[in-house]
Amino acid sequence: MSASVLFDAPGPKARTRHLILTVIGALLALAGLWVVIGKMRQAGQLEPALWEPFVTDKSVWVDYLLVGLWNTIKAALLSVVFAGLFGLLLGMGRLSENKWIRWPAGAVVEFFRAVPVLIMMIFLFFGYFAKAETLPADWRPLFAVVIALTLYNGSVIAELVRSGVHSLPKGQGEAGLSIGLTPQQTLRAIQLPQALTAMLPALIGQFVVVLKDTALGVQITYPELLTWAKTLGSSYGNTVPAYLVAALLFILLNYAMTKLATWVERRLKRRGTTAGKVTNAMPTIVQGGAEPGGPAAAGTRAVVAGAEETIESAIESAKERRNDPGW
Amino acid sequence: MGELLKNYDVWGAIWTTIQLAVLSAIGATVIGTIVAIMRVSPVAVLRGLGTSYVNIFRNTPLTVLLVMSVLGLAFILGLSFSDDFARNAYWWAVAMLSLYHAAFICEALRSGINTVPAGQAEAARSIGLTFSQSLSQVLLPQAFRGAVAPLVSTYIALIKNTTVAAVIGVTDIAGLLQEITENEGAQLGIFFMVAMVFVVLTLPLGVFGTSLSRRLAVKR
Amino acid sequence: MNARRIGAVTAAAAIALGLAACGSSDSGSGSGSSGSASADAPTGKKIKIGTKFDQPGLGLKKGTEMSGFDVDVATYVAKELGSNAGDIEWVQAVSAQRETLLSSGQVDMIVATYSITDKRKEQVSFAGPYFIAGQDLLVRADESAIKGKADLDGKKLCSVKGSTPAQKVKDEIPGVNLQEFATYSECVAGLVSKAVDAVTTDDTILAGFAAQDQFKGKLKVVGQTFSTENYGIGLKKGDTEMCTKVTDAINKMIKDGDWEKAVQKNFGPAGYKPSDQNPPTPAACA
Repeated sequence: MSASVLFDAPGPKARTRHLILTVIGALLALAGLWVVIGKMRQAGQLEPALWEPFVTDKSVWVDYLLVGLWNTIKAALLSVVFAGLFGLLLGMGRLSENKWIRWPAGAVVEFFRAVPVLIMMIFLFFGYFAKAETLPADWRPLFAVVIALTLYNGSVIAELVRSGVHSLPKGQGEAGLSIGLTPQQTLRAIQLPQALTAMLPALIGQFVVVLKDTALGVQITYPELLTWAKTLGSSYGNTVPAYLVAALLFILLNYAMTKLATWVERRLKRRGTTAGKVTNAMPTIVQGGAEPGGPAAAGTRAVVAGAEETIESAIESAKERRNDPGW
Repeated sequence: MGELLKNYDVWGAIWTTIQLAVLSAIGATVIGTIVAIMRVSPVAVLRGLGTSYVNIFRNTPLTVLLVMSVLGLAFILGLSFSDDFARNAYWWAVAMLSLYHAAFICEALRSGINTVPAGQAEAARSIGLTFSQSLSQVLLPQAFRGAVAPLVSTYIALIKNTTVAAVIGVTDIAGLLQEITENEGAQLGIFFMVAMVFVVLTLPLGVFGTSLSRRLAVKR
Repeated sequence: MNARRIGAVTAAAAIALGLAACGSSDSGSGSGSSGSASADAPTGKKIKIGTKFDQPGLGLKKGTEMSGFDVDVATYVAKELGSNAGDIEWVQAVSAQRETLLSSGQVDMIVATYSITDKRKEQVSFAGPYFIAGQDLLVRADESAIKGKADLDGKKLCSVKGSTPAQKVKDEIPGVNLQEFATYSECVAGLVSKAVDAVTTDDTILAGFAAQDQFKGKLKVVGQTFSTENYGIGLKKGDTEMCTKVTDAINKMIKDGDWEKAVQKNFGPAGYKPSDQNPPTPAACA
């Protein structure tokens, strides 16, 4: 945070002003909360009977929310793993010397980045998997969810891979070529490993996006957290509290993942096993430029102009991903 | 395909999607800017509120936000935009898409603010500008330029996220696709048509954003 | 960390996850029972029955316990086929998958508010009907202005997105103010908080909600059905032998009074009476 340079240490007048603003801010927040609670009470949503099950009834957690949570995590993990593999392949495709590989890979990336995940899910499920007799019934929505998320996030990761490799100092690639490795070998043995390590925090960040997006599975009957919250609401007649608790679980889970990404980032920076710039877990300094190789807004080669550093680092676009509102 | 255009209001659905996208983009920009200012302000409580806002809205699935808007806010707290449910759902979709993406706009702007070298802020301070003056005259104009790329990706995501509005009964493209798929069965043609609508809507924005961020990039 | 190690970790994770996914594939189908306690002991003749898991009063999974009218009918029929409650494996049958669950043999029968229609008969065989439902309205208990479909003009109605009941009302009464959600429980929450005036779908589903403890005495089914839904038991296409057995079981259930008991148990608390076409006479198997 460079916010401190925006203002001086406050003088007596400013302190009073800040105090007034503090009081006003706090009062507004409290008033808002008060109104919400009052209204909920009026509507009978605060009746203990609606909330008690969350504390007294173990079944609420064991048979509903935790089952949903696990399905959410399962779908997200599967999607992230497959998206990682798919993205790695596509990313290598985009980095290929051969234009017959580079261009189709680029087209695939651009297409799946542009199509909303929900559209893909609806189509995959109702169009294909709901009728796929060879699959067990409760796998079908899972497949649709995972494939849709893999296609979208795979294209996003492909871009991460590409920009990650571009972000490495030129010397890395040149050194590889000069010791007689082919461009492919250089990519695989020297550039990709470093780029991937640098990408790790961004990958965990992408996991948050995936986790949130699994909630779209509710539209195609995938039994994730939201679906189970819905079922919980049906069984206990407390739809609104159930949704609120589910939302809270999502927030906590994603917040924890974000913290994990920050931690990994810090660790990687300390260990310094990559020549690339380790992606930030939280977006801080991003300045977009254009990627010469990309047809569209795909890669954003970013220039870091922080207080003490001016390092060219295309992987900055990965930071942007941390700030990805989904798809 | 001709049959579909006759039986279903395809153009109406596309138009709804575009409306949702444009209105929410405006709303998200306004709210996001306010939250960004709060997050860099000297008042701790405002900073805290801004941070909570971002953490809450960025980590909640949009689906939950939308369902809770109509069910929780409109139905239980009585905060309705209109007595007509269709209008109400439409405006709540705009509101929630705005609030959700405002969190990302805020972060994009904040990252933009951070691209502005400390010297700029110091210079602004040293010639006696106040917090709000230095923000509005010196920092934000540069921050907006630095934030073009992340802003554009947020807007692209916003366009695609309008599809989630279908969960509260807004008949946008996703709602229509669901209806058609349910009645007629899934056809690859329809999927590609819908997919192309989004490619057409988002690709120009991406190209425009890339060239804009290249042109506006602050030379240092 | 080098690429190979990352690759290995990724692959291991993928395999582990794949296994995890396999291992939990049957986690959604716990076996529960709601039949009489004496007949719970498994006989070893397994049967897989598809039903709804989230429909109060019809098919609801609460913990490992199954309850509801569909569940009671299914348990009775299973018993007639030689399987006790303990032998039943309940499988969630969401609407979009009912046909393929049967055709792929993943369930032996489906009892899940499954209306008999000509279109569906092309893909599955039906035994029954075991219940005749109809589209109806759910209102608050103190509601006096809404007595039937005709009173809906200008009223706030809630239903499920893209569902036939919603479309039907909208076509016939353009003046209705319709909110669509993903599920009926959201509609019911809106009804209780007075944000909507009525919820529409099959009377059985509505009665199931009204009979829940939380809503007892607060909601009522209007009782003026304006469509006919013949609930049948879905079976694999062309299995006439099974169909005949199931039909006999339904007949027996109606005759010996268990059918009436199940209706009372599941819908009674709502103060709801099935339409006078009930109990139905199951059609002969083709």
